[in-house]
Amino acid sequence: MTEIRFTVDGRPCLAKPGQTIVEAAKANGVYIPVLCHYEGLKPAGSCRICTVRVAGRYMAACTQPVTEGMAVENTAPDLEDMRKSLIEMLFVEGNHFCPACEKSGNCELQALGYRYRMLAPRFPYLWPVRTVDAGTPLVLLDRNRCVQCLRCVRGVRAKDGRKIFASVRRGPRVAIEIDHKLAAKLTEEEARRAMDLCPVGAILRKETGFVRPIGRRKFDHTPIGADVEKGIGR
Amino acid sequence: MSKPVIATASLAGCFGCHMSFLDIDERILPLVELVEFNKSPIDDIKKFSKPVDVGLIEGGCCNSENVHVLRDFRKNCKVLVSVGECAIMGGLPALRNSIPLRECLEEAYLNAPTVDPAERIIPNDEELPIILDKVYPCHEIVKIDHFLPGCPPSADLIWEALNALIEGRPLHLTYDLIKFD
Amino acid sequence: MPQAKDPVLRHPKDPSALLDIIRDVQAAAGHVSDQDIGRIAAHLKLAEAEVRGAVTFYHFFSLTPRGRSAVYLNDSITSRMAGRTAVARAFEEEAGCRFGEVSADGAIGLFPTSCIGMNDQEPSAIVDGVVFTALTPDKARALVRGLRAGTPARDLVAARGDGANQSDLVRSMVVNNIRRRGAVLFGAHETGAALRRAVSMTPKQVIDEVKRSGLLGRGGAGFPTGLKWEFCRREKAAQRYVVCNGDEGEPGTFKDRVILTELPRLLFEGLAVAGYAVGASTGILYLRSEYAYLRDHLEEVLAGLRRDGLLGPKAAGSASFDFDIVIKSGAGAYVCGEESALLESAEGKRGEPRDRPPFPVSVGYRDMPTTVNNIETLATAARILEEGAAWFKAMGTVQSAGTKLLSVSGDCSRPGVYEVEYGLTLADLLEMAGGTGAQAVQVGGPSGACVAPAGFGRRICFSDLATGGSVIVFGPGRDLFEVVGNFLEFFIEESCGWCVPCRAGNVLLRKKFEKIARGLASAEDLREIEEWGRLIKSTSRCGLGQTSPNPVLTTLKSFPELYQARLRKGAAHGSEFDLAAAVRDGCAAAGREPECKESLHD
Repeated sequence: MTEIRFTVDGRPCLAKPGQTIVEAAKANGVYIPVLCHYEGLKPAGSCRICTVRVAGRYMAACTQPVTEGMAVENTAPDLEDMRKSLIEMLFVEGNHFCPACEKSGNCELQALGYRYRMLAPRFPYLWPVRTVDAGTPLVLLDRNRCVQCLRCVRGVRAKDGRKIFASVRRGPRVAIEIDHKLAAKLTEEEARRAMDLCPVGAILRKETGFVRPIGRRKFDHTPIGADVEKGIGR
Repeated sequence: MSKPVIATASLAGCFGCHMSFLDIDERILPLVELVEFNKSPIDDIKKFSKPVDVGLIEGGCCNSENVHVLRDFRKNCKVLVSVGECAIMGGLPALRNSIPLRECLEEAYLNAPTVDPAERIIPNDEELPIILDKVYPCHEIVKIDHFLPGCPPSADLIWEALNALIEGRPLHLTYDLIKFD
Repeated sequence: MPQAKDPVLRHPKDPSALLDIIRDVQAAAGHVSDQDIGRIAAHLKLAEAEVRGAVTFYHFFSLTPRGRSAVYLNDSITSRMAGRTAVARAFEEEAGCRFGEVSADGAIGLFPTSCIGMNDQEPSAIVDGVVFTALTPDKARALVRGLRAGTPARDLVAARGDGANQSDLVRSMVVNNIRRRGAVLFGAHETGAALRRAVSMTPKQVIDEVKRSGLLGRGGAGFPTGLKWEFCRREKAAQRYVVCNGDEGEPGTFKDRVILTELPRLLFEGLAVAGYAVGASTGILYLRSEYAYLRDHLEEVLAGLRRDGLLGPKAAGSASFDFDIVIKSGAGAYVCGEESALLESAEGKRGEPRDRPPFPVSVGYRDMPTTVNNIETLATAARILEEGAAWFKAMGTVQSAGTKLLSVSGDCSRPGVYEVEYGLTLADLLEMAGGTGAQAVQVGGPSGACVAPAGFGRRICFSDLATGGSVIVFGPGRDLFEVVGNFLEFFIEESCGWCVPCRAGNVLLRKKFEKIARGLASAEDLREIEEWGRLIKSTSRCGLGQTSPNPVLTTLKSFPELYQARLRKGAAHGSEFDLAAAVRDGCAAAGREPECKESLHD
């Protein structure tokens, strides 16, 4: 298979046909920040944090396939500030109380906040009224923390292929709903997968939490994306 | 040359950020050499007696007194710093922000099982500050110049920030210093 | 068979029937109950959560009862300009409930709705699927009384409009207001001539003819139609589809409604020409729910075309072109005008746009290569086949060939539909429509641009003022801040909520805009609102988010003085915080008087 040549911030890179910019960049040791993206799931392009610029046009790197000769801008200061804005938007859009969240330290939204040195969001807090659904045996759904990445919608299905999580309503009122009938049959393993898919603390396996002590959590000392930049993804 | 003047306040917070400040341990000795404290719970000075260089605010605003204190700080401090999650985003007190205020008060003072049935009253003494409709981050009320996140911010972060502000240099915020919990 | 009557069971066990089932249940019961959700999920083997997701996405579906009669009063800016507030009050008083509620007796539900395509005859409402135009407070009261007495909405239509609106299949009070007939759409034409000529050519020749004509998409984006057809035809596939985008949702545009009413044969012929060109055997008209009152009329036209041999096997006397058209209905979602969202909706799902690439020409309806063209584009294409590319190209400008159908509304004496050649200046259009002296003109609807008088010399064409057809005139007395606020609200209401910048960004943009409108902003806020607007435009996933900040950005550019005048004098940091307002609830709860010196600001 012939390889596709492209560049990220001027650095020559190679991609396999059909690879998205995010995947191909990762294979070349370049980190493009992502939140909704999850390897193995169909990309959703919902968080837009992976926005890159190609020939003056903005695009989501998680959904855009690489083309021959593509010159991708990834770390231009204005682009990085746009990403930071989107991260900040997520912090004000929901009710994110990091100090009281089970996912703190292992949360990808928080980790992006750290990576981008978010000190205080530039946007006013919206304090939406959101509900918690504890009505299924194994899983707790806290919509206050949900970022609508749709990973659960894409990645958690019942044995017959039905979705267990689905979006309801639209616009600012859009929310994730868990199907009570199907969720009642979730196995321990599937419940854990749902929790692990969730980048934030919106989906939790009940009766667990704060398992790893402060100082030993995923992002306590290691920035998100550091593994890609160290070339582990190659 | 006179020493830089510092003031601190705890609004709707738990004093944890002040405790963390004191966690600078032995660095408290050079600190005393470095700065002079004005209005602060640390020295119990109640009123500003001179212009202040750096004001450190812990906690957000949950009542009218918080707002008055914050505005007073803004008037008297050249540089104002939000210290900790409560000052920056309301913190745990802001958990009430998605519940109507009346519902909160009724739950706490009228309907809770621990309320003495003879004492069912929403506090209304004129001496009490008036509770706000929600808890506000400080920067939504006055201009804030710097933010030190964390619950609490580590002593190292507070120390670094204080030194940078006194020396008039940009804050050097390493990855380990920025935490939201 | 008793099953055939059941609104759920009479549909195939195919998930693509989901919206059709929901529509039938909603129509029969006035809402979709939990029990219905369970039955639908079981019938289609979907999760109940997913069924609920589809119900709650669309404005005209509901999980809770909407009343025996549901009144949807248009909330667009022209409706407001035409007296909506007083009409809404009359509805509320007579019904005995507020908008967003159902009256206590369950008879009447009142709901606001985004533009229903009646901007030249506002205020208008859809009541149980029947359109009521030019409402007054008295008419609103009479309407509610009639509905409450059990009279069907259809029988409350006093007088029928003009043209096909009078026909027994439409029976509508809507008027066409065709003010100017151009040579293309309203020129004399013979039904069948275009399709017969097309099938006498090879598909490639048809595509070349359309390419030569210079026809660009009329929906607003202006993509070359011939090229789109060529891309689709080039894809190797067992099946291809042609889809007509009849989701005319941009506030202020209603010209497609007039084509559907008066020129449906031409439109369907255009769709058949497209089908022949790309090699499709099925054409789909996606009809917005607001135009459902035209459905029987359109079905009858289709039946007539079948009788005449223009649709069906060996269509138009061809050797092997088998082609037919089906109509699919929307259910109230502006975003479904975005072509990939439209396809999702046509497949029975939530109308959420897809990621592109792949584009619909490669992966479209049911994952097959699909062209999606606007109603006006297809009708125009039919005329191009009838008269030839050279005839068409001779009209308009070099880059923008032919004519454009404009929907003109707002502060003008002759609102309605105008077919004009591209290149017309805004000033000339205002002259025609009786809108001279305008303070501003909104070209292209909320997603377009707000043009100040200094720009009235600009031309309607793709290289200057590109528009899908919406032109709203604002007279001297109008408050443009009210206009912008209405448009921002519209985008928030109609965002699908998929991507962050559109879902959250537009709410924040409106918050900032309101701060400016309330006179609490500093110059810093103006800088920020522009920056936030650019952020939303640059990072949003589809055309909705990519244009949603335009009301702010284009008025900032055209009317900077209006914004400057609202700034808080001498404020470096514009805080919105209002202590007096913030202590109000607390004082009320404790039964205290607020401190008298609680000032608004420092």
